[in-house]
Amino acid sequence: MPKILRVNTRTKEYSFEEVGPYANLGGRALTSRVINKEVPADCHPLSAENKLVIATGLLGGSTAANSGRISVGTKSPLTGGIKESNSGGLFAHKMPKMDLLAIILEDKPAEAAPFSTLFITDGKVEFKDATDIVGMDTYPGHDKLLAEYGDKLCACMIGPAGETVRKTATIQFTDPYKRPARSAGRGGTGAVMGSKKIKAIVLDPEFSNKVGAVDADTFKTARKTWVDILQGHPVTSQGLPGFGTSVLVNVINEAGALPGKNFRQGQVEHVAEISGEKIAETIEARGGKTTEGCHAGCVIQCSQQYNDADGNYVSSGFEYETVWAFGANAMIKDIDDIAALDRLCDEKGMDTIEMGNTVAIAMDGGIIPWGDGKAAFELLSKVGTDDPMGMIMGNGVVFAGGAFGVERLPVVKNQSMPAYDPRAVKGVGVTYATTAMGADHTAGYGVTANILKVGGDIDGHKKEGNVELSKNLQVATAAIDSMGFCLFVAFAVLDADNGVQTMADLVQAWTGNSFSVDDLVNLGVNCMKDEQEFNKRAGFTKMDDKLPRFFETDALPPHGVVWDYDEDELQGAKV
Amino acid sequence: MKIELKLFATLVQFLPENSDEYPIDQGETVQSLLGKLGIPEEDVTLYFINAARAYLESEIKDGDRVGLFPPVGGG
Repeated sequence: MPKILRVNTRTKEYSFEEVGPYANLGGRALTSRVINKEVPADCHPLSAENKLVIATGLLGGSTAANSGRISVGTKSPLTGGIKESNSGGLFAHKMPKMDLLAIILEDKPAEAAPFSTLFITDGKVEFKDATDIVGMDTYPGHDKLLAEYGDKLCACMIGPAGETVRKTATIQFTDPYKRPARSAGRGGTGAVMGSKKIKAIVLDPEFSNKVGAVDADTFKTARKTWVDILQGHPVTSQGLPGFGTSVLVNVINEAGALPGKNFRQGQVEHVAEISGEKIAETIEARGGKTTEGCHAGCVIQCSQQYNDADGNYVSSGFEYETVWAFGANAMIKDIDDIAALDRLCDEKGMDTIEMGNTVAIAMDGGIIPWGDGKAAFELLSKVGTDDPMGMIMGNGVVFAGGAFGVERLPVVKNQSMPAYDPRAVKGVGVTYATTAMGADHTAGYGVTANILKVGGDIDGHKKEGNVELSKNLQVATAAIDSMGFCLFVAFAVLDADNGVQTMADLVQAWTGNSFSVDDLVNLGVNCMKDEQEFNKRAGFTKMDDKLPRFFETDALPPHGVVWDYDEDELQGAKV
Repeated sequence: MKIELKLFATLVQFLPENSDEYPIDQGETVQSLLGKLGIPEEDVTLYFINAARAYLESEIKDGDRVGLFPPVGGG
């Protein structure tokens, strides 16, 4: 049975423990249960009392398609509430092969303590001196780890943003192409890792047990059904591999819901220059890759490799959210500037959504001109240094907004909004308001029914049906995040009669534990309960489940829609 | 009667030369427009008329902006 590894970052003691009370949990359900039970909800997120939990899902290590996502849980330095941040990469499928379900970093060393790289192997953890990679951007730092540990490196690491405990700091994970290009992006998990003076975690490439399903025959059958479901839906089999997530730039713009110029407008004139079609065309012309997966066993392959004009690799995991935040919200028109910013964010280890939005705040505050991609790059290059401007920018929208005197802050629980205006997409707007995560689109992606005609068709301009839509999606997402599945399986599952049953069948056959559709739903519900409980103890009330007032007073062009929910109606989305 | 026609993603291949001023008939619907353009109905999932959600039977009028997409998703 996989163990939970606890590491005390002050004493350097560690123990591999039986799961005990955390049995039958994985991924986000596990991280949220641990944080809720073990972290004082009113502690400072950078203090010794906070913990960082990295957990593989219930299907981690398996050959089920798209089951290799990792969850990182903590009390967020950005929101002050509970956080689960989800990532691709190699970690999730590697951990069970080392008999690991979760890694928990506890306590913290003295302020002046040096950074360490944790090397985890069979029954042992070594704290290795990280001096040779401290202060480095993640790509060169990762190259050093590759040189030291070899080509089968499976690591996660923080960049300069995490080392300087910025609220927007990510944890970057090794991807299948040996780059630190996958991110546990939102909420500052990298700052928590940095506060505990851990620069990187390396899983021993030489230690790998075979793992298999408890009920191998049933698993094999369910696995085939599962692949058929994913390959049978046009979104997961053609739409996402064809153009990646940036195909949404034109969709959401056409729908009048693409937030432009710090959430002032629902369309931007230069949309064609930053569209998924433009990106695909540019990638093809320059010899990049228009489709690739972020973890082993992915059949959706929505990611890509973007090259510069000389045909050299610039970035991957170049996603709709990033393109929107810099290209539409901050009005940067040059797609090469945006790609360079995506790479910079991975190098410094900072959240592209929060950074794009913080750049828009800097523009709104007169620090740099609207749409100036080069100035934005220069500004963000300071994050991770002791330049006060870098320290401000690295702390996100609310902190920078306060510094620059900007009142228009599109945030919930201090986390800034993603690429859909809530006034025009109320199904995701309810999620922004009510999820424990802060303004988060993945937590309950109402865009499906509001715009994409997946899993229903509900008007996103009106209130009717959107609280229920958001709540149901939030429960489903919490369950998906706990099984290790990539959230994009939802596009196929929402339209397939046997989708949810097949996911339950896979978990039951893999683990050997009884696991029904009801158990799957309860996995999601109980995960949300843990999160809601923690936030309540942390001092959050229904007044924190609201959008900023300007969404109620400012009508969004072109549709002239406003946010018109009151805080009591919104509570209908909680479990 | 003319419309501004926008075709996206895999539908780009069907874009006519005169898409900025595409001629339509009285009583034109999304469905009849697809027929004119030679686009199989099953290739199109999302229809927008002047940024509003539309359907196969939605009527198209003079001066409208029509946007069409295949099945797509993202995050």
